[in-house]
Amino acid sequence: MTELAENLEPAREVIVRYNNVKKAFGNNIVLNDLNLDVYKGEKVALIGPSGSGKTTIIRMLMTLEQPSSGTIEIDGEHLWHKEVNGQLKDADEKHLRKVRGKIGMVFQQYNLFPHMSIMRNCTEAPIHVLGLSKDEAKERALQMLQKVGLSDKVDMYPSQLSGGQQQRVAIARSLVMQPKVMLFDEVTAALDPELVGEVLEVIKDIASEGETTMMLITHEMDFARDVADRVLFLDNGLIAEHGTPYDVIENPQSDRLKSFLGRFNSAH
Amino acid sequence: MFTNIDTFLPYILGGLTTTVQAFLFGAVLAYSIAIVAGLARTSRLAIVRGVATVFVELFRGTSLLVQMFFFAFAFPALMPFTMSTFIAGGLALGLNYGAYASEVVRGAVLAVPKGQKEAAISLNMSKFQTMRRVVLPQAFRLMLPGLGNNAIELLKGTSLVYFISLADMTFNANILRSSNTSLVSQVEIYTYLLLVYFVLALPLVFLTRWLEKRASKGVSTA
Repeated sequence: MTELAENLEPAREVIVRYNNVKKAFGNNIVLNDLNLDVYKGEKVALIGPSGSGKTTIIRMLMTLEQPSSGTIEIDGEHLWHKEVNGQLKDADEKHLRKVRGKIGMVFQQYNLFPHMSIMRNCTEAPIHVLGLSKDEAKERALQMLQKVGLSDKVDMYPSQLSGGQQQRVAIARSLVMQPKVMLFDEVTAALDPELVGEVLEVIKDIASEGETTMMLITHEMDFARDVADRVLFLDNGLIAEHGTPYDVIENPQSDRLKSFLGRFNSAH
Repeated sequence: MFTNIDTFLPYILGGLTTTVQAFLFGAVLAYSIAIVAGLARTSRLAIVRGVATVFVELFRGTSLLVQMFFFAFAFPALMPFTMSTFIAGGLALGLNYGAYASEVVRGAVLAVPKGQKEAAISLNMSKFQTMRRVVLPQAFRLMLPGLGNNAIELLKGTSLVYFISLADMTFNANILRSSNTSLVSQVEIYTYLLLVYFVLALPLVFLTRWLEKRASKGVSTA
Protein backbone atom coordinates (compact mmCIF):
# COMPACT_ATOMS: atom_id res chain seq x y z
CA MET A 1 0.00 0.00 0.00
CA THR A 2 1.34 3.46 -0.87
CA GLU A 3 1.83 6.12 1.74
CA LEU A 4 -0.86 8.22 0.15
CA ALA A 5 -3.45 5.47 0.42
CA GLU A 6 -2.49 4.90 4.03
CA ASN A 7 -3.14 8.53 4.79
CA LEU A 8 -6.48 8.54 3.08
CA GLU A 9 -7.72 5.45 4.89
CA PRO A 10 -8.75 6.16 8.46
CA ALA A 11 -6.87 3.91 10.85
CA ARG A 12 -9.00 0.81 11.16
CA GLU A 13 -8.56 -1.34 14.19
CA VAL A 14 -9.10 -5.07 13.90
CA ILE A 15 -11.35 -6.36 16.68
CA VAL A 16 -11.97 -9.94 15.52
CA ARG A 17 -9.43 -11.99 13.61
CA TYR A 18 -9.82 -15.55 12.36
CA ASN A 19 -6.49 -17.18 11.46
CA ASN A 20 -6.63 -20.35 9.34
CA VAL A 21 -9.65 -21.56 11.27
CA LYS A 22 -10.99 -24.98 10.43
CA LYS A 23 -13.95 -26.74 11.90
CA ALA A 24 -15.00 -30.31 11.27
CA PHE A 25 -17.69 -32.41 12.93
CA GLY A 26 -16.31 -35.91 12.48
CA ASN A 27 -15.53 -36.25 8.77
CA ASN A 28 -17.79 -33.39 7.85
CA ILE A 29 -15.73 -30.25 7.22
CA VAL A 30 -17.91 -27.25 7.98
CA LEU A 31 -15.32 -24.52 7.69
CA ASN A 32 -12.24 -24.72 5.57
CA ASP A 33 -9.35 -22.44 6.43
CA LEU A 34 -11.18 -19.26 7.34
CA ASN A 35 -9.19 -16.02 7.39
CA LEU A 36 -11.21 -13.00 8.30
CA ASP A 37 -10.65 -9.64 9.93
CA VAL A 38 -13.55 -7.69 11.33
CA TYR A 39 -12.93 -4.05 12.21
CA LYS A 40 -14.07 -2.12 15.22
CA GLY A 41 -17.57 -0.78 14.67
CA GLU A 42 -17.99 -2.69 11.44
CA LYS A 43 -21.27 -4.43 10.59
CA VAL A 44 -20.67 -7.65 8.70
CA ALA A 45 -23.54 -9.62 7.22
CA LEU A 46 -23.05 -13.33 6.56
CA ILE A 47 -25.25 -14.84 3.91
CA GLY A 48 -25.28 -18.23 2.28
CA PRO A 49 -27.20 -21.48 2.05
CA SER A 50 -27.74 -23.55 5.19
CA GLY A 51 -24.77 -25.74 5.96
CA SER A 52 -22.38 -23.23 4.41
CA GLY A 53 -20.63 -22.64 7.75
CA LYS A 54 -21.90 -19.18 8.65
CA THR A 55 -23.46 -20.22 11.94
CA THR A 56 -20.29 -22.06 12.91
CA ILE A 57 -18.29 -18.87 12.38
CA ILE A 58 -20.21 -16.95 14.98
CA ARG A 59 -20.76 -19.88 17.35
CA MET A 60 -16.98 -20.33 17.55
CA LEU A 61 -16.65 -16.67 18.46
CA MET A 62 -19.27 -17.07 21.21
CA THR A 63 -17.23 -20.05 22.50
CA LEU A 64 -20.13 -22.41 21.85
CA GLU A 65 -18.05 -24.38 19.38
CA GLN A 66 -14.31 -25.00 19.52
CA PRO A 67 -12.31 -24.66 16.29
CA SER A 68 -10.64 -27.87 15.10
CA SER A 69 -7.54 -25.85 14.25
CA GLY A 70 -6.44 -22.27 13.78
CA THR A 71 -6.80 -19.32 16.13
CA ILE A 72 -9.35 -16.62 16.81
CA GLU A 73 -8.39 -13.29 18.35
CA ILE A 74 -10.71 -10.77 19.89
CA ASP A 75 -9.59 -7.29 20.80
CA GLY A 76 -5.96 -8.37 20.65
CA GLU A 77 -6.35 -11.46 22.79
CA HIS A 78 -6.51 -15.08 21.84
CA LEU A 79 -9.97 -16.55 22.41
CA TRP A 80 -9.49 -20.30 22.40
CA HIS A 81 -5.85 -20.19 23.46
CA LYS A 82 -3.72 -18.51 26.00
CA GLU A 83 -0.08 -17.66 25.76
CA VAL A 84 2.12 -19.40 28.28
CA ASN A 85 5.81 -18.49 27.89
CA GLY A 86 5.29 -17.52 24.27
CA GLN A 87 3.50 -20.76 23.43
CA LEU A 88 -0.17 -21.22 22.67
CA LYS A 89 -2.02 -23.55 25.01
CA ASP A 90 -5.70 -24.47 24.96
CA ALA A 91 -7.66 -21.92 26.94
CA ASP A 92 -9.15 -22.98 30.25
CA GLU A 93 -12.56 -21.97 31.54
CA LYS A 94 -11.07 -19.03 33.43
CA HIS A 95 -9.52 -17.59 30.28
CA LEU A 96 -12.68 -18.16 28.26
CA ARG A 97 -14.73 -16.30 30.83
CA LYS A 98 -12.32 -13.40 30.78
CA VAL A 99 -12.40 -13.01 27.01
CA ARG A 100 -15.97 -14.02 26.25
CA GLY A 101 -17.38 -11.03 28.14
CA LYS A 102 -16.51 -8.94 25.10
CA ILE A 103 -18.99 -10.86 22.99
CA GLY A 104 -22.78 -11.05 23.09
CA MET A 105 -25.17 -13.09 21.04
CA VAL A 106 -28.82 -13.12 20.02
CA PHE A 107 -30.23 -16.49 19.04
CA GLN A 108 -32.74 -17.65 16.50
CA GLN A 109 -34.96 -19.13 19.24
CA TYR A 110 -34.56 -16.09 21.57
CA ASN A 111 -33.58 -18.37 24.49
CA LEU A 112 -35.01 -16.10 27.14
CA PHE A 113 -35.09 -17.62 30.62
CA PRO A 114 -38.75 -18.66 30.97
CA HIS A 115 -38.71 -18.71 34.78
CA MET A 116 -37.59 -15.11 35.11
CA SER A 117 -39.49 -11.88 34.55
CA ILE A 118 -38.40 -9.65 31.65
CA MET A 119 -36.54 -7.44 34.12
CA ARG A 120 -34.74 -10.36 35.73
CA ASN A 121 -33.82 -11.76 32.32
CA CYS A 122 -31.97 -8.49 31.77
CA THR A 123 -30.45 -8.07 35.25
CA GLU A 124 -29.42 -11.60 36.23
CA ALA A 125 -26.09 -11.60 34.43
CA PRO A 126 -25.25 -7.92 35.08
CA ILE A 127 -25.68 -8.55 38.81
CA HIS A 128 -24.01 -11.92 39.08
CA VAL A 129 -21.45 -11.72 36.28
CA LEU A 130 -20.55 -8.03 36.12
CA GLY A 131 -21.13 -7.49 39.83
CA LEU A 132 -23.42 -4.50 39.42
CA SER A 133 -25.71 -3.53 42.28
CA LYS A 134 -29.39 -4.37 41.83
CA ASP A 135 -30.27 -0.72 41.28
CA GLU A 136 -27.51 -0.14 38.75
CA ALA A 137 -28.49 -3.29 36.86
CA LYS A 138 -32.16 -2.33 36.83
CA GLU A 139 -31.39 1.14 35.61
CA ARG A 140 -29.22 -0.18 32.79
CA ALA A 141 -31.78 -2.84 31.90
CA LEU A 142 -34.57 -0.28 31.79
CA GLN A 143 -32.54 1.90 29.43
CA MET A 144 -32.05 -0.99 27.05
CA LEU A 145 -35.66 -2.13 27.31
CA GLN A 146 -36.67 1.43 26.44
CA LYS A 147 -34.38 1.26 23.44
CA VAL A 148 -36.18 -1.85 22.17
CA GLY A 149 -39.56 -0.34 23.08
CA LEU A 150 -40.52 -2.75 25.85
CA SER A 151 -40.02 -0.82 29.07
CA ASP A 152 -43.70 -1.38 29.93
CA LYS A 153 -43.25 -5.17 30.02
CA VAL A 154 -40.68 -5.46 32.83
CA ASP A 155 -42.89 -7.50 35.16
CA MET A 156 -44.17 -9.91 32.54
CA TYR A 157 -42.77 -13.33 31.76
CA PRO A 158 -41.41 -14.35 28.34
CA SER A 159 -44.36 -16.65 27.62
CA GLN A 160 -46.68 -13.64 27.85
CA LEU A 161 -44.92 -11.85 24.99
CA SER A 162 -45.08 -12.33 21.23
CA GLY A 163 -42.09 -13.83 19.44
CA GLY A 164 -41.03 -10.42 18.16
CA GLN A 165 -41.22 -8.93 21.64
CA GLN A 166 -39.27 -11.84 23.09
CA GLN A 167 -36.55 -11.36 20.53
CA ARG A 168 -36.37 -7.64 21.33
CA VAL A 169 -35.96 -8.54 25.01
CA ALA A 170 -33.18 -10.93 24.04
CA ILE A 171 -31.45 -8.06 22.22
CA ALA A 172 -31.84 -5.81 25.27
CA ARG A 173 -30.57 -8.57 27.57
CA SER A 174 -27.45 -8.85 25.46
CA LEU A 175 -26.96 -5.07 25.22
CA VAL A 176 -27.07 -4.65 29.00
CA MET A 177 -23.80 -6.60 29.16
CA GLN A 178 -22.21 -3.96 26.88
CA PRO A 179 -20.38 -6.37 24.59
CA LYS A 180 -17.89 -5.03 22.08
CA VAL A 181 -19.05 -7.48 19.45
CA MET A 182 -22.68 -8.51 18.97
CA LEU A 183 -23.58 -11.66 17.10
CA PHE A 184 -26.99 -12.22 15.53
CA ASP A 185 -27.83 -15.75 14.43
CA GLU A 186 -30.79 -15.58 12.05
CA VAL A 187 -32.72 -13.70 14.67
CA THR A 188 -35.86 -13.32 12.58
CA ALA A 189 -35.97 -16.82 11.12
CA ALA A 190 -38.32 -18.19 13.79
CA LEU A 191 -40.70 -15.24 13.68
CA ASP A 192 -44.06 -14.86 12.00
CA PRO A 193 -43.58 -12.66 8.91
CA GLU A 194 -45.51 -9.73 10.38
CA LEU A 195 -43.18 -9.64 13.42
CA VAL A 196 -39.92 -9.58 11.47
CA GLY A 197 -39.99 -5.84 10.81
CA GLU A 198 -40.06 -4.71 14.46
CA VAL A 199 -36.97 -6.78 15.29
CA LEU A 200 -35.02 -5.61 12.25
CA GLU A 201 -35.88 -1.99 13.08
CA VAL A 202 -34.42 -2.41 16.57
CA ILE A 203 -31.22 -3.87 15.17
CA LYS A 204 -30.96 -1.07 12.60
CA ASP A 205 -31.34 1.47 15.42
CA ILE A 206 -28.52 -0.08 17.39
CA ALA A 207 -26.38 -0.39 14.28
CA SER A 208 -26.86 3.29 13.50
CA GLU A 209 -25.37 4.24 16.86
CA GLY A 210 -22.16 2.97 15.40
CA GLU A 211 -19.87 1.79 18.18
CA THR A 212 -20.84 -1.85 18.48
CA THR A 213 -19.26 -4.28 16.07
CA MET A 214 -21.86 -6.62 14.62
CA MET A 215 -21.80 -9.90 12.79
CA LEU A 216 -25.22 -10.81 11.47
CA ILE A 217 -26.38 -13.97 9.82
CA THR A 218 -29.49 -13.18 7.86
CA HIS A 219 -31.70 -14.24 5.03
CA GLU A 220 -33.19 -10.75 4.80
CA MET A 221 -31.31 -9.28 1.83
CA ASP A 222 -32.86 -5.80 2.11
CA PHE A 223 -31.84 -5.71 5.74
CA ALA A 224 -28.28 -6.83 4.92
CA ARG A 225 -28.05 -4.11 2.30
CA ASP A 226 -29.27 -1.42 4.72
CA VAL A 227 -27.21 -2.37 7.75
CA ALA A 228 -24.00 -4.02 6.60
CA ASP A 229 -20.71 -2.35 5.70
CA ARG A 230 -19.58 -5.64 4.22
CA VAL A 231 -21.33 -8.79 3.09
CA LEU A 232 -19.75 -12.23 3.06
CA PHE A 233 -21.23 -15.01 0.96
CA LEU A 234 -20.41 -18.37 2.49
CA ASP A 235 -20.56 -21.50 0.41
CA ASN A 236 -19.31 -24.95 1.33
CA GLY A 237 -17.24 -23.74 4.26
CA LEU A 238 -15.49 -20.99 2.30
CA ILE A 239 -15.99 -17.27 1.82
CA ALA A 240 -16.96 -17.47 -1.83
CA GLU A 241 -17.56 -13.75 -2.37
CA HIS A 242 -17.25 -10.66 -0.25
CA GLY A 243 -17.45 -6.93 -0.58
CA THR A 244 -19.82 -4.03 -0.06
CA PRO A 245 -23.52 -4.85 -0.08
CA TYR A 246 -23.60 -3.35 -3.55
CA ASP A 247 -20.80 -5.64 -4.76
CA VAL A 248 -22.27 -8.79 -3.36
CA ILE A 249 -26.02 -8.35 -3.49
CA GLU A 250 -26.43 -6.15 -6.59
CA ASN A 251 -23.44 -7.36 -8.52
CA PRO A 252 -22.88 -11.05 -7.82
CA GLN A 253 -20.04 -12.63 -9.77
CA SER A 254 -20.31 -16.38 -9.27
CA ASP A 255 -23.13 -18.57 -10.49
CA ARG A 256 -23.55 -19.95 -6.97
CA LEU A 257 -24.23 -16.51 -5.52
CA LYS A 258 -26.47 -15.55 -8.43
CA SER A 259 -28.62 -18.61 -7.94
CA PHE A 260 -28.63 -18.13 -4.16
CA LEU A 261 -29.83 -14.53 -4.53
CA GLY A 262 -32.25 -15.54 -7.23
CA ARG A 263 -34.18 -17.58 -4.70
CA PHE A 264 -34.85 -14.43 -2.69
CA ASN A 265 -35.83 -12.33 -5.69
CA SER A 266 -38.34 -14.87 -6.86
CA ALA A 267 -39.88 -14.79 -3.40
CA HIS A 268 -40.58 -11.08 -3.66
CA MET B 1 -66.50 -54.97 63.19
CA PHE B 2 -64.29 -51.94 63.91
CA THR B 3 -65.20 -52.13 67.56
CA ASN B 4 -61.62 -52.13 68.83
CA ILE B 5 -60.58 -48.81 67.34
CA ASP B 6 -59.93 -47.44 70.84
CA THR B 7 -57.22 -49.98 71.54
CA PHE B 8 -55.93 -50.96 68.09
CA LEU B 9 -55.44 -47.54 66.56
CA PRO B 10 -53.41 -46.05 69.46
CA TYR B 11 -51.28 -49.20 69.52
CA ILE B 12 -50.53 -48.91 65.80
CA LEU B 13 -49.85 -45.19 66.18
CA GLY B 14 -47.30 -46.11 68.86
CA GLY B 15 -45.04 -46.83 65.88
CA LEU B 16 -45.80 -43.51 64.19
CA THR B 17 -42.67 -41.79 65.48
CA THR B 18 -40.42 -44.53 64.14
CA THR B 19 -42.19 -44.51 60.78
CA VAL B 20 -41.93 -40.74 60.47
CA GLN B 21 -38.31 -40.70 61.62
CA ALA B 22 -37.37 -43.42 59.14
CA PHE B 23 -39.18 -41.47 56.43
CA LEU B 24 -37.46 -38.18 57.23
CA PHE B 25 -34.02 -39.77 57.56
CA GLY B 26 -34.55 -41.66 54.31
CA ALA B 27 -35.98 -38.65 52.45
CA VAL B 28 -33.19 -36.23 53.39
CA LEU B 29 -30.60 -38.80 52.40
CA ALA B 30 -32.47 -39.85 49.24
CA TYR B 31 -32.90 -36.33 47.89
CA SER B 32 -29.32 -35.35 48.68
CA ILE B 33 -28.09 -38.42 46.88
CA ALA B 34 -30.55 -37.88 44.02
CA ILE B 35 -29.20 -34.39 43.31
CA VAL B 36 -25.54 -35.37 43.59
CA ALA B 37 -25.85 -38.63 41.62
CA GLY B 38 -28.29 -37.15 39.09
CA LEU B 39 -25.98 -34.25 38.28
CA ALA B 40 -22.94 -36.54 38.30
CA ARG B 41 -24.65 -38.65 35.64
CA THR B 42 -24.79 -35.61 33.36
CA SER B 43 -21.14 -34.70 33.99
CA ARG B 44 -18.73 -34.31 31.10
CA LEU B 45 -16.11 -36.26 33.03
CA ALA B 46 -16.32 -39.96 32.24
CA ILE B 47 -15.01 -41.01 35.66
CA VAL B 48 -17.68 -39.01 37.51
CA ARG B 49 -20.37 -40.38 35.22
CA GLY B 50 -19.03 -43.90 35.65
CA VAL B 51 -19.00 -43.87 39.45
CA ALA B 52 -22.53 -42.44 39.57
CA THR B 53 -23.81 -44.98 37.07
CA VAL B 54 -22.39 -47.92 39.01
CA PHE B 55 -23.95 -46.60 42.21
CA VAL B 56 -27.36 -46.04 40.65
CA GLU B 57 -27.50 -49.41 38.91
CA LEU B 58 -26.26 -51.23 42.02
CA PHE B 59 -28.92 -49.78 44.31
CA ARG B 60 -31.72 -49.86 41.77
CA GLY B 61 -30.89 -53.36 40.69
CA THR B 62 -30.99 -55.03 44.11
CA SER B 63 -33.83 -55.52 46.54
CA LEU B 64 -34.47 -52.85 49.17
CA LEU B 65 -35.26 -55.51 51.75
CA VAL B 66 -32.00 -57.34 51.12
CA GLN B 67 -30.13 -54.02 51.30
CA MET B 68 -31.70 -53.48 54.72
CA PHE B 69 -30.65 -56.91 55.91
CA PHE B 70 -27.18 -56.26 54.56
CA PHE B 71 -26.76 -52.94 56.35
CA ALA B 72 -28.30 -54.28 59.58
CA PHE B 73 -26.61 -57.67 59.79
CA ALA B 74 -23.75 -58.12 57.28
CA PHE B 75 -22.24 -54.64 57.41
CA PRO B 76 -21.40 -54.66 61.14
CA ALA B 77 -19.54 -57.93 60.63
CA LEU B 78 -17.46 -56.42 57.81
CA MET B 79 -16.77 -53.03 59.37
CA PRO B 80 -14.93 -52.10 62.54
CA PHE B 81 -17.88 -50.04 63.81
CA THR B 82 -21.43 -50.84 64.78
CA MET B 83 -24.50 -49.14 63.46
CA SER B 84 -27.94 -49.00 65.04
CA THR B 85 -30.68 -50.83 63.15
CA PHE B 86 -32.42 -47.48 62.70
CA ILE B 87 -29.39 -46.06 60.87
CA ALA B 88 -29.14 -49.27 58.84
CA GLY B 89 -32.78 -49.04 57.80
CA GLY B 90 -32.58 -45.32 57.02
CA LEU B 91 -29.40 -45.81 55.04
CA ALA B 92 -30.94 -48.54 52.89
CA LEU B 93 -34.06 -46.44 52.29
CA GLY B 94 -32.05 -43.32 51.41
CA LEU B 95 -29.61 -45.06 49.09
CA ASN B 96 -32.26 -47.10 47.32
CA TYR B 97 -34.79 -44.32 46.75
CA GLY B 98 -31.95 -41.87 46.10
CA ALA B 99 -30.81 -44.06 43.22
CA TYR B 100 -34.32 -44.01 41.74
CA ALA B 101 -34.79 -40.29 42.29
CA SER B 102 -31.42 -39.51 40.71
CA GLU B 103 -32.89 -40.70 37.42
CA VAL B 104 -35.68 -38.16 37.82
CA VAL B 105 -33.09 -35.43 38.44
CA ARG B 106 -30.98 -36.53 35.48
CA GLY B 107 -33.95 -36.69 33.13
CA ALA B 108 -35.14 -33.24 34.17
CA VAL B 109 -31.70 -31.63 33.76
CA LEU B 110 -31.37 -33.15 30.29
CA ALA B 111 -34.86 -31.97 29.36
CA VAL B 112 -33.94 -28.30 29.77
CA PRO B 113 -33.35 -27.06 26.20
CA LYS B 114 -29.73 -26.68 25.12
CA GLY B 115 -30.41 -23.09 24.09
CA GLN B 116 -30.83 -22.12 27.74
CA LYS B 117 -27.27 -23.13 28.51
CA GLU B 118 -26.02 -21.36 25.40
CA ALA B 119 -27.82 -18.17 26.40
CA ALA B 120 -26.17 -18.38 29.81
CA ILE B 121 -22.76 -18.80 28.16
CA SER B 122 -23.47 -15.82 25.90
CA LEU B 123 -24.06 -13.78 29.05
CA ASN B 124 -20.73 -15.06 30.38
CA MET B 125 -22.19 -16.93 33.35
CA SER B 126 -19.90 -19.45 35.02
CA LYS B 127 -20.77 -23.14 34.85
CA PHE B 128 -21.96 -23.02 38.43
CA GLN B 129 -24.11 -19.95 37.82
CA THR B 130 -25.57 -21.55 34.70
CA MET B 131 -26.56 -24.62 36.70
CA ARG B 132 -27.88 -22.76 39.72
CA ARG B 133 -29.64 -19.83 38.05
CA VAL B 134 -30.74 -21.19 34.68
CA VAL B 135 -30.79 -24.99 34.42
CA LEU B 136 -31.77 -26.19 37.90
CA PRO B 137 -34.73 -23.85 38.46
CA GLN B 138 -36.22 -25.07 35.19
CA ALA B 139 -35.27 -28.67 35.84
CA PHE B 140 -36.79 -28.46 39.33
CA ARG B 141 -40.23 -27.85 37.85
CA LEU B 142 -39.83 -30.92 35.66
CA MET B 143 -38.62 -33.04 38.58
CA LEU B 144 -41.47 -32.27 40.94
CA PRO B 145 -44.03 -34.85 39.81
CA GLY B 146 -41.38 -37.58 39.83
CA LEU B 147 -39.88 -36.57 43.16
CA GLY B 148 -43.32 -36.32 44.74
CA ASN B 149 -44.00 -39.83 43.57
CA ASN B 150 -40.71 -40.97 45.08
CA ALA B 151 -41.59 -39.42 48.43
CA ILE B 152 -44.83 -41.38 48.61
CA GLU B 153 -43.02 -44.57 47.60
CA LEU B 154 -40.44 -43.90 50.27
CA LEU B 155 -43.10 -43.44 52.94
CA LYS B 156 -44.63 -46.76 52.09
CA GLY B 157 -41.19 -48.34 51.82
CA THR B 158 -40.53 -47.54 55.47
CA SER B 159 -42.82 -50.44 56.40
CA LEU B 160 -39.97 -52.77 55.45
CA VAL B 161 -37.98 -51.71 58.51
CA TYR B 162 -40.33 -54.07 60.37
CA PHE B 163 -38.16 -56.89 59.03
CA ILE B 164 -35.08 -55.59 60.80
CA SER B 165 -37.08 -55.37 64.03
CA LEU B 166 -37.69 -51.63 64.17
CA ALA B 167 -40.93 -50.89 66.02
CA ASP B 168 -42.69 -48.89 63.33
CA MET B 169 -46.44 -48.93 62.67
CA THR B 170 -46.31 -52.12 60.62
CA PHE B 171 -44.31 -53.81 63.37
CA ASN B 172 -46.92 -52.85 65.96
CA ALA B 173 -49.77 -53.97 63.72
CA ASN B 174 -48.17 -57.38 63.38
CA ILE B 175 -47.83 -57.65 67.17
CA LEU B 176 -51.54 -56.87 67.47
CA ARG B 177 -52.33 -59.59 64.96
CA SER B 178 -50.42 -62.22 66.96
CA SER B 179 -52.52 -61.50 70.03
CA ASN B 180 -55.85 -60.93 68.24
CA THR B 181 -56.12 -63.88 65.93
CA SER B 182 -59.80 -63.66 64.96
CA LEU B 183 -60.51 -62.89 61.29
CA VAL B 184 -62.52 -59.85 62.22
CA SER B 185 -59.56 -58.45 64.15
CA GLN B 186 -57.22 -59.02 61.21
CA VAL B 187 -59.48 -57.00 58.93
CA GLU B 188 -59.71 -54.28 61.52
CA ILE B 189 -55.98 -54.03 62.24
CA TYR B 190 -54.85 -53.85 58.63
CA THR B 191 -57.62 -51.49 57.60
CA TYR B 192 -56.42 -49.04 60.25
CA LEU B 193 -52.83 -49.51 59.12
CA LEU B 194 -53.70 -48.81 55.48
CA LEU B 195 -55.68 -45.74 56.43
CA VAL B 196 -52.87 -44.31 58.54
CA TYR B 197 -50.37 -44.69 55.68
CA PHE B 198 -52.88 -43.09 53.34
CA VAL B 199 -53.42 -40.13 55.65
CA LEU B 200 -49.65 -39.72 56.06
CA ALA B 201 -49.22 -39.65 52.28
CA LEU B 202 -51.81 -36.89 51.80
CA PRO B 203 -49.61 -33.99 52.93
CA LEU B 204 -46.96 -35.19 50.48
CA VAL B 205 -49.50 -35.12 47.66
CA PHE B 206 -50.60 -31.59 48.54
CA LEU B 207 -47.04 -30.37 49.08
CA THR B 208 -46.06 -31.61 45.62
CA ARG B 209 -49.08 -29.95 44.04
CA TRP B 210 -48.38 -26.68 45.80
CA LEU B 211 -44.74 -26.72 44.71
CA GLU B 212 -45.71 -27.53 41.14
CA LYS B 213 -48.06 -24.58 41.08
CA ARG B 214 -45.42 -22.26 42.49
CA ALA B 215 -42.74 -23.47 40.10
CA SER B 216 -44.90 -23.08 37.01
CA LYS B 217 -44.87 -19.31 37.47
CA GLY B 218 -44.20 -17.67 34.14
CA VAL B 219 -44.04 -20.95 32.28
CA SER B 220 -46.75 -21.36 29.71
CA THR B 221 -48.87 -24.43 30.07
CA ALA B 222 -49.22 -24.75 26.32
